[in-house]
Amino acid sequence: MTLTEHEGWGIFRVKIGTPKELFEGEARVAMTPDSATQLQKLGHECVVESGAGALAGFDDASYKAAGVEVVKTAAALWKAADVVAKVRAPNDAEVKRLRDGQTVISFINPAANEKLLEQAAKKGSTVVAMDMVPRISRAQKMDALSSMANIAGYRAVIEAGNNFGRFFTGQITAAGKVPPAKVLVVGAGVAGLAAVGTSTSLGAITYAFDVRPEVAEQIESMGAEFVFLDFEEEQADGAATGGYAAVSSPEFREAQLAKFRELAPDIDIVITTALIPNRDAPELWTEDMVAAMKPGSVIVDLAAEKGGNCKLTVMDQKIVTDNGVTIIGYTDFPSRMAAQASTLYATNIRHMLTDLTPEKDGVINHNMEDDVIRGATVTHEKAVTFPPPPPKIAAIAAQPKKDAPKELTSEEKRAAEVAAFKVQTRNQVTLLAIGGVLLLAVGLVAPASFMQHFIVFVLSVFIGFQVIWGVAHSLHTPLMAITNAISSIIILGALMQIGSGSGLVILLAALSVFMTGINIFGGFLVTRRMLAMFQKS
Amino acid sequence: MEYGFTTAAYVVAAVLFILSLGGLSGQESAKRAVWYGIVGMGLAVAATLVGPGAGYWLLSLILIAMGGMIGYQLATKVQMTQMPELVAAMHSLVGLAAVFVGLIAHIEMGRVFGMDEDARKSLEGFAALLAKKDGVEIAILRVELFLGIFIGAVTFTGSVVAYGKLAGKVDSAATKLPGGHLLNAGAAGLSLICLIWYFNSGGFLPLFLMTLAALFIGYHLIMGIGGADMPVVVSMLNSYSGWAAAAIGFSLGNDLLIVVGALVGSSGAILSYIMCKAMNRSFVSVILGGFGGPAGEQMAVEGEQIAIEAEGVAMALNEADSVVIIPGYGMAVAQAQTGVAELVRKLRAKGKNVRFAIHPVAGRLPGHMNVLLAEAKVPYDIVMEMDEINDDFPDTDVAIVIGSNDIVNPAAQDDPNSPIAGMPVLECWKAKQVFVSKRGQGTGYSGIENPLFFKENTRMFYGDAKASLDKLLPMID
Repeated sequence: MTLTEHEGWGIFRVKIGTPKELFEGEARVAMTPDSATQLQKLGHECVVESGAGALAGFDDASYKAAGVEVVKTAAALWKAADVVAKVRAPNDAEVKRLRDGQTVISFINPAANEKLLEQAAKKGSTVVAMDMVPRISRAQKMDALSSMANIAGYRAVIEAGNNFGRFFTGQITAAGKVPPAKVLVVGAGVAGLAAVGTSTSLGAITYAFDVRPEVAEQIESMGAEFVFLDFEEEQADGAATGGYAAVSSPEFREAQLAKFRELAPDIDIVITTALIPNRDAPELWTEDMVAAMKPGSVIVDLAAEKGGNCKLTVMDQKIVTDNGVTIIGYTDFPSRMAAQASTLYATNIRHMLTDLTPEKDGVINHNMEDDVIRGATVTHEKAVTFPPPPPKIAAIAAQPKKDAPKELTSEEKRAAEVAAFKVQTRNQVTLLAIGGVLLLAVGLVAPASFMQHFIVFVLSVFIGFQVIWGVAHSLHTPLMAITNAISSIIILGALMQIGSGSGLVILLAALSVFMTGINIFGGFLVTRRMLAMFQKS
Repeated sequence: MEYGFTTAAYVVAAVLFILSLGGLSGQESAKRAVWYGIVGMGLAVAATLVGPGAGYWLLSLILIAMGGMIGYQLATKVQMTQMPELVAAMHSLVGLAAVFVGLIAHIEMGRVFGMDEDARKSLEGFAALLAKKDGVEIAILRVELFLGIFIGAVTFTGSVVAYGKLAGKVDSAATKLPGGHLLNAGAAGLSLICLIWYFNSGGFLPLFLMTLAALFIGYHLIMGIGGADMPVVVSMLNSYSGWAAAAIGFSLGNDLLIVVGALVGSSGAILSYIMCKAMNRSFVSVILGGFGGPAGEQMAVEGEQIAIEAEGVAMALNEADSVVIIPGYGMAVAQAQTGVAELVRKLRAKGKNVRFAIHPVAGRLPGHMNVLLAEAKVPYDIVMEMDEINDDFPDTDVAIVIGSNDIVNPAAQDDPNSPIAGMPVLECWKAKQVFVSKRGQGTGYSGIENPLFFKENTRMFYGDAKASLDKLLPMID
């Protein structure tokens, strides 16, 4: 390891390096001057191979300006860097350069790259696959698949438009009427939704389909119409598969294809994005559908890398069928927008490194207990660690199972009623008993004259309780106003007292009469005003 | 001198009062019910003036007339949105009157028992009543008037503070002096000591000390209750004013006062109970002030609030078949009820099913929203209670929330740690689309985050409710 001694503390800074991508046509780069600045704040040093960012629009000078060391050759970079951040999985030449303790972060596609994993493990280097980052909320910031899919979805529409001979939006011009383009997006994942958004904002009439009915809402929120199937089936809960689509039943597939066949003659542009994790892409747009489409129509198959959703798709090529339908099978959409893609990808990488550097002290702490890091790590300490154990947190909250409320039989209902009645009776009897005992207790000590009044009081409270329960909810405000008015009955006390005694007594009594006078008139009038307003329709 | 006629009149008045309250069970019978109350009150006052209260009857009449004029002015001028303040203010008058009447009884008691036997015989009116009492009755009398003054004083300051809060003259947030409930408990303890002291001595000092303590309790108790709990506070004060009247009735030996006091007291108590139940909170926790601290961390709200303009709302309304409107205090503040009513008229004219959903604690007074809507001439048969309409939301195309917040907060059902967990709420989020008319982002009166605003079928229609409606109305065709 080439470690730089740091301020004499015995702590070593880690060097993060990014080589030029060797994969043909790959224009993206895993580190931008911006992300390098951020990485340095984590205590890391950064190094790039000369020309690494050239195709994405970042020249060596701008890296240098961001404090990044620029080395001439790939060999020098692999030698200098403790952590190598890349876009494409290392090829054979690059694997040979791996050394013990070195970390590689890039897209790996580990399921198809067992040989690479074995070699890397043997060499003792750690490999972090950006495409294996679990889909949980916390890890969204490093979900490079989503950020690339977003670009792919956008670019797919642009690419389709490039090959489509008409406007997207309908127009009525002096030179004639142009119908709007009809776009069908199959598969409403991140790429699909991005495509839906782009297509609707260009003005096309957009339809979208997905096997997961729960995304209908998302599709509609983007302004497209969800294509419903007339099909009854217990749908697999998307949450069980980490938010990805699962394989559907043959009957469902038939219904789906029938629907597509029905749509095909009307659709101008089809964008297919249907992928199932670790499987070949399902065939959704069959040859007869292509044949049914109008000449000039365009199909963009974003699943081309996994065999394509359309069997006619040729990977990395654009073909035109006999009936004039263009089928685009490019797999490098993100690379075609290298500047944008690099910015997003470099940020994803930077977030990954932030999680790998929890103390922000330039020391990589590869914590295999962390769900996200564990999930993305495919080789570590000379062992292949793929596939990872299932994440501890469910990616998406499972749909709550709806239990139909149990239908009660008539006997059960009857029993419940009887039980409720019994409880009610018991409560009432208890209350009455307690009240009775209290009354008796008062009667034992109080004189008869008091008891007379007391009985009146208790009965009045009782009547009050009986009467008030019957008052309509909507009349609660009038009720308060009227009770307020009649509580001014206290004026009787003042009236009785005003004639008795003198001086202070008269003054206080007069004030009371005056105040309650306000209340009586105010209370009743307001009540009347309110009640007069209530009217039937 | 016995007043057989007066007693008979009191019985009739009591029956009329009971009928008057009972008549409020329906909108139509309620109009008759007010008249029962007015006649009952007139009868009671007239009978008292003719009988036991004959002294200075002219002065009494003049004072009543003057008070009546002010009352008339108040009642005719008040805006319907100001009802809560008016009711609270009027409670304070009853409370103060109870304190005065109690004090007079005390003064008179001292005077009467300072006299010799002969002088007592020559007494008239209230003093004569006192003169007949023997030892135990005097003791009971002391307790009664003590209680009357205590409850009256609490009602007085409590209502004044409630008025201040409702009228916006006092900050509506719950504020307590340092010491919190200990201060209240201390004041209550002091009052209890004064009661024993007064019971034994009959002196003025304990009565005076207790009055001060009670005034403080009323002030501090209501200051400590947050604005969102105001419906409970107002009905509680209503109840207190009734109990004060009943206590005074005991001390004066007047059955009608007792009957009416008990009616009003139990009415207020039931209203408080209904309000508390609607908020799923115990009465004690409301009285002891504000929302309790959350039991644990509240659920974080994810997503964002999506705003919408009047055009979008109008389009949705034009397409909707069934609409439910959920008004809250914000509608009252913005005086938007007439605009809402106009909107409803337009929508109903197009044959749409438009209804209102009223939560029991919407507004600042029990039944507040009903009164406002009635003022705006919304027919009451399309105004529904929570239980009547909650099941209909899934079949509703558009739900419009105007100026309400906590009563439509799904956290009450979803988040066991929310301060309002378990409170019954209007499930408007089950409607196909929800529009929330709201002044701006923010958590509103109670300070609780509302996940409804972040739901995917919710759109925020920001702005003053009245201005928003004015913008919306011309677009409904």
